[in-house]
This record gives sequence, C-alpha cells and structure tokens, in this order.
Amino acid sequence: MGAAAKKRAAKPAAQEVVIEASGLDLTFQTNDGPVHALKDVNLSINKGEFVSFIGPSGCGKTTFLRTIAALEQPTGGQLSVNGMSPDQARRNRAYGYVFQAAGLYPWRTIEKNIKLPLEIMGFDRSEQDERVARVLQLVDLEGFGKKFPWQLSGGMQQRASIARALAFDADILLMDEPFGALDEIVRDHLNEQLLKLWARTNKTIGFVTHSIPEAVYLSTKIVVMSPRPGRITDVIDSDLPKERPLDIRDTPEFLAIAQRVREGLRAGHAYDE
Amino acid sequence: MSVALDQAGAGGCPLCAAIRRLIRAVAPVLVVVGVIIALWYGAATQMNKPWTLDAANRAGVELSTAQIIADTMNQERPVLPTPHQVLAELWDTAVAEPVLRERRGSLTGNPRSLVFHAYQTLAPTLLGFVVGTLAGILLAIGIVHNRAMDLSVMPWAIASQTIPILAIAPIVIVVLNAVGLSGLVPKSLISAYLSFFPVAVSMVKGLRSPNGMDLDLLRTYSASASETFWKLRLPASVPFLFTSLKVAVAAALVGTIVAELPTGARFGLGARLLTGSYYGQTIQIWSALFMAAICAAVLVSLIGMIERATLKRMGLNR
Repeated sequence: MGAAAKKRAAKPAAQEVVIEASGLDLTFQTNDGPVHALKDVNLSINKGEFVSFIGPSGCGKTTFLRTIAALEQPTGGQLSVNGMSPDQARRNRAYGYVFQAAGLYPWRTIEKNIKLPLEIMGFDRSEQDERVARVLQLVDLEGFGKKFPWQLSGGMQQRASIARALAFDADILLMDEPFGALDEIVRDHLNEQLLKLWARTNKTIGFVTHSIPEAVYLSTKIVVMSPRPGRITDVIDSDLPKERPLDIRDTPEFLAIAQRVREGLRAGHAYDE
Repeated sequence: MSVALDQAGAGGCPLCAAIRRLIRAVAPVLVVVGVIIALWYGAATQMNKPWTLDAANRAGVELSTAQIIADTMNQERPVLPTPHQVLAELWDTAVAEPVLRERRGSLTGNPRSLVFHAYQTLAPTLLGFVVGTLAGILLAIGIVHNRAMDLSVMPWAIASQTIPILAIAPIVIVVLNAVGLSGLVPKSLISAYLSFFPVAVSMVKGLRSPNGMDLDLLRTYSASASETFWKLRLPASVPFLFTSLKVAVAAALVGTIVAELPTGARFGLGARLLTGSYYGQTIQIWSALFMAAICAAVLVSLIGMIERATLKRMGLNR
C-alpha cells in the first residue's frame, strides 16, 4: 500500500525510457524462404511500466521479448535496453526472464534453483541465502525451499521461477506467457499476486500473453500485434487505477479497454486465409 | 474355491498376509526356474544317452531305462552336465577349495579355486570398466562441445565396435607384451575397449538432453560453457550415465573373458573355459560360465544400488 502510493507519486517525475525499439526488423531464414518475425517495430517502454504484448500466434510477441533479452539477434533497426545494447544489458543483469514453463532444474531443490543465477553471478554464500529467503517471501513460498520441484503444484513452480528471476535484483522482468499452462483459477490468483509484487518492487515488466482479460487486468500499456509480418498494430495506454481488485474486470472502463484490444486484434488479423 | 480361500486368508493374521504376498512375488520366478531345470535335465538325459549306450554296448551289458537315466545324470565328462553336477562343482571349487595356497614358503593364488580365477578376471574387468567409462565420458564431452569431434569421432567409435574383439585381442596382447606390459593391463585394455562405447553413446544423448528453454535460461544469466556443463548438462546426463554403466560393466566382463581366450592366459574365468574345453571338462566349463554370470549379476546390481542412492539424493527418483 505504502509502496504503491510512493510509486504513484514518483511516476510522473521519472519518465525514464528503459527499452526503446526503432525500426526493428527480424527475419528468419527458413527452408520455405524468409519469415518476417518482426517488421518495423517502434516502441518505447518507461521505467516502472507494466507492458503486455498480445496477439495471435506468429505475431512476433515472443520473438520481440527474446530480442530484448538478446536471445535473438535483430536483422535491422535499433534496440536499446537501459541505454545499452541488449547484449551489454544482459551482462549487466538488466533483466530476469520467466519462460512459458517453470523450467526448474529437477535435481535442484527450490532453494537451489533460485540460487542458480546467484551462483553464476558470483554472490557469496551468505548473500545467496539472504536473497533466497527474501524472494521466497515475495512469492509466498516460505517453507518450500527444501522441496524438489515435482513436490510443488504447477502454480507454485511458476511462482518459484518468478522468484528465481527476481533473485538478482534486475530492474526489468520479462515474462513469456508465464501462466499460459495454468488453469483459470490459479491464473487469476497469480495475476493478483503479480500486481502486488510489481507494486512492491517497482520493476518494469514486459509480459507476453494471448488472453485479453489478463492483458487488460495487468497492464499500464497494452501492445497489440499482428502476424505476417509480425508488427505492432496498436498501443493502448490503460487508465485503470493502480489498485486493481479482480472484480475491476466487470467495470465499464475495463470492458472499454478490452473492446479496443479486441478490435485491434481483429483489424490486424487477416481472416481470408 | 480358491477365491474363498483367498478371502479367508486376507481376513487372517498380518503374518499370513505377508507370507502370501511373498509367495505371490516369488512363485512366478520359482515356476520359471523349475521349468528351466526340468528342461535342462531332459536335455541332459537325451544328449548324454548315446555315450551311455555306447559304453554299455562295448561292455556287452543291457541297461534298463532307469539305469540309463541314472547314468546320463552322473557322467564324468557329459556332453551337457546336469544342474546338480554344476552346483557340486561350484561348491567344490568355489567354496570348499581355499583361495590361497602355500607354495615354496609363500601364499599364492590357488589355481584350483574358482574364486581365485574369478578374482583374476574381475580385477581387469573393474580396471577396464573404470578406464572405459572415463574414456566414454570424455569422448561424449568432446563430441557435444566440439563440432569437429561431433562429425568425426562417432563413425570411428561405431566402427571400433564392429571389429571382432577375438581378432584384435591377440594383437593387443602381443603388441603390449613387446613393450613389456602383460597380465592385468592388456586384459583391462580390451575390456575398456568394449565398455567405452555404450557410455559414450548414452552420455552424448544425456549431455544433449537439456531442452532449448533450459539452455536459454542460462544464456539470460550469461553463463559460460563450463558453467552450462557443470550446472545443467552434467546433472541432466546422470540418469543416462547409470543406464549405460550397467551395459558397460557387463561388456567389460565379457571383454576380459574374451581377452583371456585366444591369448593362453593361465588364470581367469576365460582360462578356465579354455582348459575345460581342451580336456573335455564340460562340468568345469559350465561352472566357470555360472561364475561369470554370478559376477555379472553382482556387478550390475551393485551399480543399480549406487544408481538408486544417487538419483534419490538428486531428487530424481520419482
């Protein structure tokens, strides 16, 4: 609550751009010829924003997120993260990445899984323990540190993987359909928790989804994308309040934004194929 | 009727239930073993009968069927020894015979003891197994991390396994003897030659088993190749390693025995097989074969125990 209030006060002052793409192109060479995964993508994301990328499969939303994380190399245009190239930003631990599946290593306990990036980044033992305890508390998994991944439910595993991405204090959290494989009830719960976590940690979040309600519920900015070639068709700034109980989804404001997203998706999608 | 009995038993004491569970678990095994032994006795009678009849014919005596069967079961050099003859030989040579004997004032291995021969085979087997496993793991690491090795090593490894080991064993022995190596090292080299292959193949598969997401995760941490190896590839390959170790240890044992055959080894299970066949000592051959089977079973189950303990520790024993 206190953190959220502070954030609201801080936001207008600091319009600091953390991710900026201009004229970004990415073409994959395949056996069936070139595939334009991204074409002329222009977008800037400010510090502390929660940005959702939504669109049908093949629209390049995941590719764009991977490009920000330097997991893919763009074939044209400019992309900067914290004023650096994505590669440099990665070496500076600018972001944590959460994948579609939890991707916890089955031979490591939850605690050891969260320590994985910390070990690689060279934190000392006592600091590792301290950070593990802190992020486990952030995702409500205290007391589960000694468990192996298979002893946890799917939702808990995904929370553990978010804790892993938070452990090394990256300012940017990139999430690629993190709740896509979970059922609706668990998903609602995790969305609520994610918003609280975002308010508490003041991170910039890039979130890929193909659920309209999820995108509208979570985001301050919704980026609507369409396929062939992958491009941005609409960018919607949400004016919903910071505090978002789940039943905000029934308010006219929410439905109006959802309607605009739906229209954006329809406009960008060719149905004649 | 039997259902009624079953239910009566189930309602009874817990000890009866435990015994019944045990019987249910053991009964199929006992049935199979019983059938095999019965077939074995039948085959022994048939195969040893010509010799019995021939001897009786030359002595000019008529034998009754019961006499013929009794004789076929207790010949000194039968074509096929019976199970009880093999067991008796195993008992005499492995249990009753001392492993060491006193000779010229010092204790040396007793060549009449089957345990001594088994030891002579097991030592190079274990050495060869360790060397072969290490070689297999190193080859796999090279293949996974180096493109040139990936393209060039595997065909050679496969080719190496298509060469009959019997053909190259004498060459290896002769070459090594020329440089002053004999006994343990040449034998273990041949067993290593047979055991590296399954380990290399499985480890390549195991080290490559992490999926794209597991690897991408480490890339987002800017992990080095060696960190990727130690923190992801190696732990992911452990279940693959143990599966291949069981195959490799059995192959190592076969390798050692085969290495003893064409090279005139004096001690070891292979030597025992060879002398048995020189002198028509079929009982000795069969008891040596049984000893080899026992050794293999013990080695494989030892690895199985280590596997279970390791996977349990790693949390992979679901």
